This record gives sequence, C-alpha cells and structure tokens, in this order.
Amino acid sequence: MTFQEIILALQNYWAKQNCIIAQPYDVEKGAGTMSPYTFLKALGPEPWRIAYVEPSRRPADARYGENPNRVYQHHQYQVILKPSPDNVQDLYLGSLMALGIDPKKHDIRFVEDNWEAPTLGAWGLGWEVWLDGMEITQFTYFQQIGGFDCELESAELTYGLERIAMYIQEKDDVFDIEWVEGVTYGDFFKVAEWEHSKYSFELADTKLLFSFFDSYEAEAKRIIEEGLILPAYDYVLKCSHTFNILDARGAISVTERTGFISRVRNLARMVAQAYLKQREAMGYPLLKK
Amino acid sequence: MAKDLVFEIGTEEIPAKFMSRTLEQLKEIAAKALIENRIGYKSLDTYGTPRRLVLYVKDMAEKQEDLETEVKGPSKKAAYDSDNNPTKALLGFVKGNGLDFKDIYIKELSGAEYIYGRKHLKGMDTKEVLKRLLPDILTSINFPKSMKWGNKSFRFARPVRWLVPIFGDELVEFDKDGITCSKYTKGHRVLSEGDIEINNASEYFDKLRKAYVIVDQNERREIIRRQCEEISKQQNGNIIHDDELLEEIVYLVEYPTALLGSFEVDYLKLPKEVIITPMKEHQRYFPIEDARGNLMNKFIAIRNGDNSYIDIVRQGNEKVLRARLADAKFFYEEDKKVSLDQCVEKLKHVVFQETLGTIYDKTVNIMNNSNYLAEELGLDESQKNMLNRAAYLSKADLVTNMVKEFDELQGIMGREYALVQGEKPEVAKAIEEHYMPRNAGDDMPSSLLGAIVGIADRIDTITGCFSIGIQPTGSQDPYALRRQAISIINTILDKKIHIDIKKLAEKAITPFVEKKINKEEPSKVIDDIIEFFKHRLKNVLLDKNYEYDVIDSVLNVGLTDIEDAVLRVKELSKWKNQEDFLAIASSFNRVSNLASKAETAEIDSNLLSEPTEKELYDSYMNVRNIFNEAMERKDYNNALKALMIMKKPIDNFFDNTMVMVEDQSIRRNRLAMLKNIEDMMMRFADLSLIVVNK
Repeated sequence: MTFQEIILALQNYWAKQNCIIAQPYDVEKGAGTMSPYTFLKALGPEPWRIAYVEPSRRPADARYGENPNRVYQHHQYQVILKPSPDNVQDLYLGSLMALGIDPKKHDIRFVEDNWEAPTLGAWGLGWEVWLDGMEITQFTYFQQIGGFDCELESAELTYGLERIAMYIQEKDDVFDIEWVEGVTYGDFFKVAEWEHSKYSFELADTKLLFSFFDSYEAEAKRIIEEGLILPAYDYVLKCSHTFNILDARGAISVTERTGFISRVRNLARMVAQAYLKQREAMGYPLLKK
Repeated sequence: MAKDLVFEIGTEEIPAKFMSRTLEQLKEIAAKALIENRIGYKSLDTYGTPRRLVLYVKDMAEKQEDLETEVKGPSKKAAYDSDNNPTKALLGFVKGNGLDFKDIYIKELSGAEYIYGRKHLKGMDTKEVLKRLLPDILTSINFPKSMKWGNKSFRFARPVRWLVPIFGDELVEFDKDGITCSKYTKGHRVLSEGDIEINNASEYFDKLRKAYVIVDQNERREIIRRQCEEISKQQNGNIIHDDELLEEIVYLVEYPTALLGSFEVDYLKLPKEVIITPMKEHQRYFPIEDARGNLMNKFIAIRNGDNSYIDIVRQGNEKVLRARLADAKFFYEEDKKVSLDQCVEKLKHVVFQETLGTIYDKTVNIMNNSNYLAEELGLDESQKNMLNRAAYLSKADLVTNMVKEFDELQGIMGREYALVQGEKPEVAKAIEEHYMPRNAGDDMPSSLLGAIVGIADRIDTITGCFSIGIQPTGSQDPYALRRQAISIINTILDKKIHIDIKKLAEKAITPFVEKKINKEEPSKVIDDIIEFFKHRLKNVLLDKNYEYDVIDSVLNVGLTDIEDAVLRVKELSKWKNQEDFLAIASSFNRVSNLASKAETAEIDSNLLSEPTEKELYDSYMNVRNIFNEAMERKDYNNALKALMIMKKPIDNFFDNTMVMVEDQSIRRNRLAMLKNIEDMMMRFADLSLIVVNK
C-alpha cells in the first residue's frame, strides 16, 4: 500500500461513516487539532463529523532530513466524531482493517495517554493506540477547548500517517516510504526538510519574527473586537507557528516561554468565546439537521 | 436460599495504574452498601481487566433482614383524653406508622412520658434492593482523573459501555443514563466474536475464560510470572523483576501471552540504564540478565492475546525497540562530543525557578553549601577536591540529549559522561547519588560525597523556596519540599553525620538575601524552616514507631543537630520503658512548674539554709559536671543517668522545703536553683512533656 493509497483508504472509510471529507486548512499549524474544523467545531452543542489530512509543522522536530523518524513536517489524518458514538473504538478498529491491518494478527492496545495543548487551553482523556508496541494513533475524548468545557464531547482520532506507512511498507526510514509507485517520501520532501531545518535553526530572523508575533497578536485582538472569528483565528495560528520557529531557533528562554504560551492561549480563548456566542446567536443551525 | 451476584461494569480501556486502587474502592463501597441495607453474604471480591470492573458476591441472602425500629410519638398527655381514650394525635401516629395498638408502649424521655411504637420493617427482596444499590455503587467510584461523555450525569475514568448484573440466574434490570443492563457481556476484543450470554452468576468466570478473558487479576499475574520464568530459563537468564511494571502489565491485558524478543548485541555497549529505561518505561518489556547479572540482548513482552501470529507481534515489537535504541545510541554519541564543563556553561540558560534564577546559579549554591559541609564534617583535602568537582558537575547532564529524552536518567547519565571524560570514580558516583533517595523506598546514597551534594542541593531548594514564600501548604507542594526535607533527614540518619541544620540553613540562605529576594526577615525564614524540619523529623520518627511524647520532649527544646536529636530520642525511649523513669519525669515536672516563675538564674549559696535545700544544691553542682561532660561526649546514656541521680534530692526538697516563702531573697534564690536545674534538663529534653499516666 503506497502512502497515497493509505490516505485514500482512510478517506473512503470515514466517508462511509458519514464524515465530511475536508481538505487541509491553508494556514501553518503544528497539529490537525488546530484546524478550525476541529478547534472551533468541537465547541458548543452542535454535532459534527469530519475527516481530513493535515500537514503539521513542528520546527523543533526538524532534522535536516537526516533522521529516519523525525521531520519538520509530518502528516496527520484527523477524524472528529461529535458526539462520540458508543462504538467509536470499533469504528477505529474498522479503519485499521481498511488499511489491511487485521487486529487478529497483531497486538492492538489502548494505553492511557492524556492529551493537553497548553497553547489552545485544551485537554482531553484517551489513549495512544499501540500496534505491536508502536504508537500509531492518538485517541482523545475532548473535555475542554479554549478553556471552555465541551458541552457535547467529541472523539478525536489522530493517525500518524508516516508511522503507519513505515509499518505497512516495512521501511526503517521515513524517506524510503513510497508515496506512489516510483516516487518516495524523500523525493517529495527531502529538500523541503533540509531547507526548513536550515531556516528554523540557523537563518530565521528572530528580531523580525518577534515583531511578527506582536503584530499577529495585535491584529487577532483587533479583528476579534470586530466580531470576525475566522480571520482572527488565522492570526492566532500564525502566532503559534511564529512562536514555534522562535522556540526551535533557541530564541525563547524558559522563563519567556510560559509568557508566550499564555499569550497564545488568551487569544485562543477569546476566539473560542466569540465562536460560542456567534453560534448561539445563530440558533445552532447544525442542531436542526 | 442464597445466590451469587455478579456485577460487571463494561468499559473502554481504564488506565492500568488506576486499577488496583479502584478495585479496592469498589470492594469497600459495595461491602458498606450491603451492610447498610441488611443484605447478608458469605464473601465479596472485586476483579478487573482493562475493559471491566467486576463485583462478585458469594452466597448472598435473597431477602434483606427484617428491621425493628422504635418510633417516637406524642407525649402521654397529648395521647389520651381525660377519659383515657386515645386522642386524634395518638390515632394519627399509629395509623401513620402502620402500627397496631399492641405495638405501642410508654417510655420516659427527659422527665416526661411519651408514646413509642415498635415498627417492623419486612426485608425486601434483594433483587429489588439491588436495582437501587448497583447504580449507586457504579456512580460512587472515584478516579484520580475522570471524564464526561455522552451527556451522562456521572463521571468515570473512561466511558462505561455495558452493564451485566446477574443475581443467581436473574437479570437485575435498571437503566443508568441510558446505559442498560443485559445478560450479554463481551469477550476479548479480537479473539472472541459476538456477545457472551451469562445465564447464571456462577458461570461468569468460565464463560469469559472461553472468550479469552482471564477476569481474575491474580491469575493473570501468576500466568505472566510463570511464562516469564519459563522463557528466561530457556535463555539461561532471569528477568529483572519490577513489581510496579508487572502490576501495570496485569491491567493492560485480558489474556496474557509472553513472547521473547531480541535486539542487536552491539547496543549492549550502551550504559545499562539507557537500554532498560526505554524497555520498561516506554514499551513495558521485562529486560533479561544472565546468571552473572549482565544484561542480555533479549526482552520479554506480554501480548494481549494468544499464540497465533505471534511472530508478527514479535517482529513489530523488536522493530520499535530497535528504533528507540538507535535514538538512544545517537544521543549517547552526540552527548559524548560535548564535555560536562561545557554543559555547565549551558546551565546559565536553563531556568530553575523564575525568581531564584538558573540551574547554573543553583550549581554555584550547591558548591558553596557542599564546601561549608566539607569544613563542618572535617573532610580532608583530596575529599574536598572531589566533592567540589562533583558539586560543580552535579546538574550538567540536564542539558544532554539523553536526559532531555529520558528525564528519569538524570544523575545516571551524569555518572556515565563523567567516567567517559575521565573524572575520578568517586566524583562520578557522587553525581549519580546526589539524587538519592529519589522517593520513600529508594536506596540511600552509598558514598559520603553523594550524600553531601544531595543535602547541599536540597537545602538550597528549601531555603530558596521558603525565602520567596513558596513553602508547602496543605496538599500544595509544587517543589516537593516535604520529600526533600525527609530525604535530608534520612540521609543524615543513614550516614550518621552531625550537621547543625540551623547553621546550614543560615549558610544556604545567604545568596537569596544578597539578591534581596527574600520576602521576610532571614531570621523569620530560618525559624520557619526549622519548624518545617521539626515536623518532618517528627513524622519520620513516628514512622519508626517512637512515641510522640518522647519525640516532642526532645524537639521542643530546639532543633540543631538532627542526628543528635534522634540519638536523644532513642536514649529517652529506652529509659521510658523502665518503671521508675515515669516517677523521675514527674519530679522534673515539679521543677519545671516552679522554674517558670524564676526571675534570675543566679544562685547565692550563702542564702541556702534548709538541709534538703543544701542537699539539692550539692547534688546539682555534682551532677552538672558529670552531665555536661557526658553531653559533650554525646554519651546520652550517662547524661540521663546523671539526671536520675537528682530524683531523690528533688523529691526531698519539695517534701521538706517551702519554695514560695515570704522572704523575697530566699524565694528568689530557691527559684533560681530550680531554673538552673531545668535549664540543664532542657539541654537534653523537656521531660515535663513525657506522658506519665500511661
């Protein structure tokens, strides 16, 4: 199964489970959870089912394309089921079958792992799913988002696509994964990995980035005052990504770190609050479907 | 007729580390509920797997026991009219409580007579009572962390998905927030297909066993033990036992099967802990060592399932471990390229605590505190040099790749990298051991140098935190200061070293006072720290079964030298068990009572007139010398013996001499003598606190 076939198999499987199959959100982010399709939609009483691939950037994990397991940008497959159905674990195991992973032939375990994203003011309880000892999915029941209790709890499934592909294709190096026949993950991304590593660790203009952070933060606040949620949230994501580059570059001391995280969290909370109000004012249109 | 009850709470995977406590709790809650509801039974046990909590009650009564209670009615006056006929009030009472006139009687209550009735409550069918009790039991279970899901009114560690309550051969039917009860449970997640019907409580365990679920955790534990034993024997090795790991694995699997995996021999060149940590902490494997105690390139993993396709599972697990070991090897090689001295420089950029400064600042404090202790303990030059070096390098490994990845390896990597760069073995050992004891059951540092650096590090944290006002309150103790103080105490007691904790704290607080970050006067902070240590020491001694009055009597006279205080507690405890000691304590008690009235401590021997007064004075002068000399030698047995000599003179004095006489100067002189005697005693302990009436 090529990388592309893995994605297609998951798309087909979750489409059959009545999920919207969405496209990746076009602002840089560190995880699928940060997409507004998850962050905002997990708030409030309205049901929601969606699945999408999310390219996720983590500057601190960049390794110039030289580490077989760590990369600047990896791909998550994100599924949100809100409310979480009673058979959600079975649905998940069904998706592994769709990838040709027969639970009978393996040892699949749900091992406690509680998820927390301080910059988003979000946390949940759940597991990391182990396939013969390897973590392949993060499974979380959201409890809080943006500092607000989740009125209707979602189940979030986050598949690590590279891990799964390495397992299925029996590769020891992420860059050896076949994306499609004849084209490897390395062909596709190795140069990008090197360039982004070089930029994040060596070339990023920290003075400029600090000023970006301040500007993005100010703009997010200004826009939220105007009652526009999505444009404001885009700037929250930009703040978060800028912070991640500065952090990778070693420009943020441990003391300052807490301060930056709480600044992003404050913005996230403001956006979450505004979104909840907006949906209420709209009379929760998705409840009527 | 008695019947068995099985109550299975079917869940999604509950965190393994919650399970044993949860099963105990379920047992307590259920036993209490059954007693309160007068339902008899022969035995009650709880069982659990990742996906189920099970209550099993053997030989449970089919009915509640009847209950006879007494109900109070109107006063006799109000109950009968002048013709001695029942009033409306009495009729209402009898009817309202479903009583008969033969059930009522008159009883006196605080001087007045009242009507009472004896009420018989027929026991209900157990099955009916269970419909109410079981949902209550379900929702009374608490977890360290719990969640909300699907609009349920109660929280649980993970979602509850099914309930199987069977009493004898009957289903106990109830509905809790939409979770319904049925006779159908689920077997092993992949090895068993379809639902498993439970028609009788007694067939529960067997039916689940056939569905690849070993419900009894003790049985699973034994299976894992036995299989590990067999496999490791075949390899001519032994697993490295770890009860905590075993307990966790027991609750990660419903049907355990052990499998042997291996990795490239080359990785054995890494330090042992570097291989063991990812195996145990991350993958939950048991490492194996050979007969001579050397780590082998083998491990045992416990699969949740049977033997089928076990090679695929083995290969998968080996692949994961190989990736982790490759990472560890990479970190190890990278770290070795940087000297620990360079690492110390990097500590300037790592914050320990916002106000207190960086880890580098802390390192400097640890060095100063260590040097002070070296002087106090009279270390020789070569020891001092090694201590200084160990203190300087103590925190260097915090910025290595390996410790960033596996923080439990702090200290251990410091030792390894120190040896690699040619430090003395004593220095390397002290770096590792300064973290010991890490927790209550951990080993003590074996070396004196490790012990000293450990004390120097912890006293720095304690004085620093107290200076800026973050001392522990209630359950809040973010820097684990209580544990740190207890570690200091236990290290001192283990090494039998004499350290004046007050002077040490005064030394340790200086950098914070110099930086002017202390919130209170330094003397106040030190007093608080000494009080804090007293409490911890008291707890440590109570745990060692010393009596609280003996501990109080020693600690109440002040705390300076911890080892010394403990020696006095030990000595006093021996004496306290002798019969005549209590009489002596009461003699000193009489001294203390009056000594508090003394205005001066100066005795004028010319004013001594009464014979028993002179006798006491002579005895005091004599005993004082012996006592002081014994105290000097820390010979507490003889110091106490000396005090005992004074019992008779003290008793004679009180029996024959009046202290509070009219004559001011004589009264003052007698009080002064008592004050002197008390002061002497107080250097040992406040004997007046010894509880005599025991």
